[in-house]
Amino acid sequence: MEVEILARIQFAFTVAFHYIYPPLSIGLGLVIVLAEGAYLWTKKQVYEDLTRFLIKIFALIFGIGVATGIVMEFEFGTNWATYSRYVGDVFGSALAAEGIFAFALESGFLGVLLFGWNRVKSWVHFVAAIGVWLGSMFSAIWIVVANSWQQTPTGYHVVGEGMNARAEIIDFWAMVFNPSSIDRLTHVYLGAFLAGTFLVMSIMAYYILKQRHLDMAKKGFKISLVLATIASLAQLLSGHSSAEVVAEHQPAKLAAMEGHFEAEAPADLFILGWVDKESKETTGLALPGGLGFLLEGDFDADVTGLDAFPEDEQPSQVNAVFQFYHIMVAIGMLLIGLTLFASFQWWRGKLFEKKWLLKVFVFAVFLPQIANQVGWFTAEMGRQPWVVYGLLKTSDALSATVTANQVWFSLILFTLIYVALFGLFVYLLHRKIKHGPYTAEEMEQNNHQQITA
Amino acid sequence: METAYFLGVDYQTWWYLVIGATFTAYAILDGFDLGAGVLHLFFKKDQSRRVALNAVGPLWDGNEVWLVITGGALFAGFPVVYASAFSAFYVPFMLLLAAIIGRAISIEFRSKEPMKWWRQFWDVSYSLSSLLIIVLLGVALGNVIIGLPLNEQQEFHGELLFFLKPYPILIGLTLVGLYALHGAVFLSMKTEGRLYAKLTLMIRWSLRTFLILFGVLSVITVIFYPQFIDRMEVHPWLFVVPLLVMVLLVLLAKWVKEKKYPYAFAASSLIIALMMMLVFIQQFPVLLPSTTPGVLGLDIYNSASSTKTLGILLTIAAIGVPLILLYFGFVYKTFQGKVKMDETSY
Repeated sequence: MEVEILARIQFAFTVAFHYIYPPLSIGLGLVIVLAEGAYLWTKKQVYEDLTRFLIKIFALIFGIGVATGIVMEFEFGTNWATYSRYVGDVFGSALAAEGIFAFALESGFLGVLLFGWNRVKSWVHFVAAIGVWLGSMFSAIWIVVANSWQQTPTGYHVVGEGMNARAEIIDFWAMVFNPSSIDRLTHVYLGAFLAGTFLVMSIMAYYILKQRHLDMAKKGFKISLVLATIASLAQLLSGHSSAEVVAEHQPAKLAAMEGHFEAEAPADLFILGWVDKESKETTGLALPGGLGFLLEGDFDADVTGLDAFPEDEQPSQVNAVFQFYHIMVAIGMLLIGLTLFASFQWWRGKLFEKKWLLKVFVFAVFLPQIANQVGWFTAEMGRQPWVVYGLLKTSDALSATVTANQVWFSLILFTLIYVALFGLFVYLLHRKIKHGPYTAEEMEQNNHQQITA
Repeated sequence: METAYFLGVDYQTWWYLVIGATFTAYAILDGFDLGAGVLHLFFKKDQSRRVALNAVGPLWDGNEVWLVITGGALFAGFPVVYASAFSAFYVPFMLLLAAIIGRAISIEFRSKEPMKWWRQFWDVSYSLSSLLIIVLLGVALGNVIIGLPLNEQQEFHGELLFFLKPYPILIGLTLVGLYALHGAVFLSMKTEGRLYAKLTLMIRWSLRTFLILFGVLSVITVIFYPQFIDRMEVHPWLFVVPLLVMVLLVLLAKWVKEKKYPYAFAASSLIIALMMMLVFIQQFPVLLPSTTPGVLGLDIYNSASSTKTLGILLTIAAIGVPLILLYFGFVYKTFQGKVKMDETSY
């Protein structure tokens, strides 16, 4: 296989695997902050149990997130040297800011969060929890800003020509607040809150079904449900707003997302469908003119289709983009339905009486994860063939010196490591959940272990 | 080349200093937990290993951030060097990543199960990956020091294992000795009892190892790489550095004997800082030297981002670094003193 496709597979694989964890850290971090805040406010044991238990889960997730995250920082240089030279002036400051403002905050306070219970005052520990959570939130800002700049570049000019061309910043804040930054960051945050809260609800629903740790489980479930309901509703607005930015700035991507080919014509809104790029046809269940209505409020409005772009400026995998996008939307709708229904049951006082509903929540943990993944696949595959939209093609962005053998080597290496890692992660997460919060006796026993060896 | 100045020094040089400082911070801070990792298998009892692990437990992750910051700083300030060097060091850096992941996971997973084979497995992978990280970083650093055969595009085409040259490997091994010493001193400062008694022995071994390797390295440098000595002659005071390292080693041994471990730790930290300083000053202003005749190496001027970006970066660093020092100071203060194990420990 060619270096380009191998390098793309490697980046997609390593970044997708990484992206299982940071959204969980962000979402879970928020639940921890709320649970610990509740503990400080009420001084109730149940909130302390909940906080301590969630921090144990958090440690596992955070560790893998950090370890798999360093990979991307290296891959830009190892596999995408031309890209790195091209965007370094613009993109580098976002990455450096992430390192300085986000990682240091997060990793610094992590030690206190995980190991500081008996060493610092409880309010200091609470500050550490907030520090770690804010650190993970900040880190999302810089990464999403950098990625958004690749989607909708602003605030730069291009110097040099051919292989020596590179983008240079002329306006830092225009780069930071490029047209898609805010919408995409909001979308990422909400997706992360959903991932985290659904993980907590899954675990708590399991406990309730098993009649274990009931008090803690119900509290944890309710905190998460409130957050998840708000986030899933807000995600609908955020998604709509994001799509409008895509329509304006990346029309070829939007056309691929909806399988719309004709250059300027009313476009259908598909619920389900299949795109045949050869025959330029999309078949499925659709609302005629619906896309124009969503964007312009008019069923007869013309929407730019793929035919408006030369063949080599269209995403090559139109059907994949279409499917990923529709899976994301479908899951988004499902999450709204699920959280609203659960909230309604809570209001009726029957939330924890419906076994089937709790069972659904045990497995619903996968839904936001899948939606986050396919959402990013839509964004990144829909941007193709560009790595920086309209400026630099992915095929030109590679390291000139790297060979297919080298990429095979690293791809196999990462596949082996990640498969093992994922297996261990699932196994240990399962163990922690089975074990549940530590009892007072267990903690006492641990405390009495020999300090010296 | 347009540039701007701050206090009479151009932005490129300032950013070179920032990278020098962050990399030195990384070398000192991650140095002691990597060094502790190298020594890990010499502790036999599970409880000893737990104590050793928990001495670095709350700190190692934050220490590693300095590597991430250094990488980001290089990408941002000197993207051409970042691109050329990282694609040149493809294989060693992929192995480095594997080792970094393996190490993080080993620390995290070890305590999760009580079985003997489980803990033994993660102990071995923790120790080996720590060793591998030091050697790979040392080898990469060694290759950067002697330069790469860059082509006209200032890129490097070479064989898969080109980086395995004797001189860089020797630098890697010397670093292992130094880090083992640094780690042993750190652990002595943090522990009591049987583990602690054993550490005195380890300090002695690692001090000797480092001393021998450092001597061999110096001799080989003088014989085979006279250009470094020539370059040092531009700054004659740099010859004081090796001397200072020797003095510090003697002081370190004395402080260890007197059980003044914080002093000894300061000494080993200073030795690492001095070695890094030596490298950074004698390389200046070149970041990636070229060994191809007629092809310019990459220096801080021909590989830098625009002056505007460097200005932004320096502003970010000026705001961010004091903040980092503040919370690192707080975290280190929280966990100072001998290791205490509780229910949150590994």
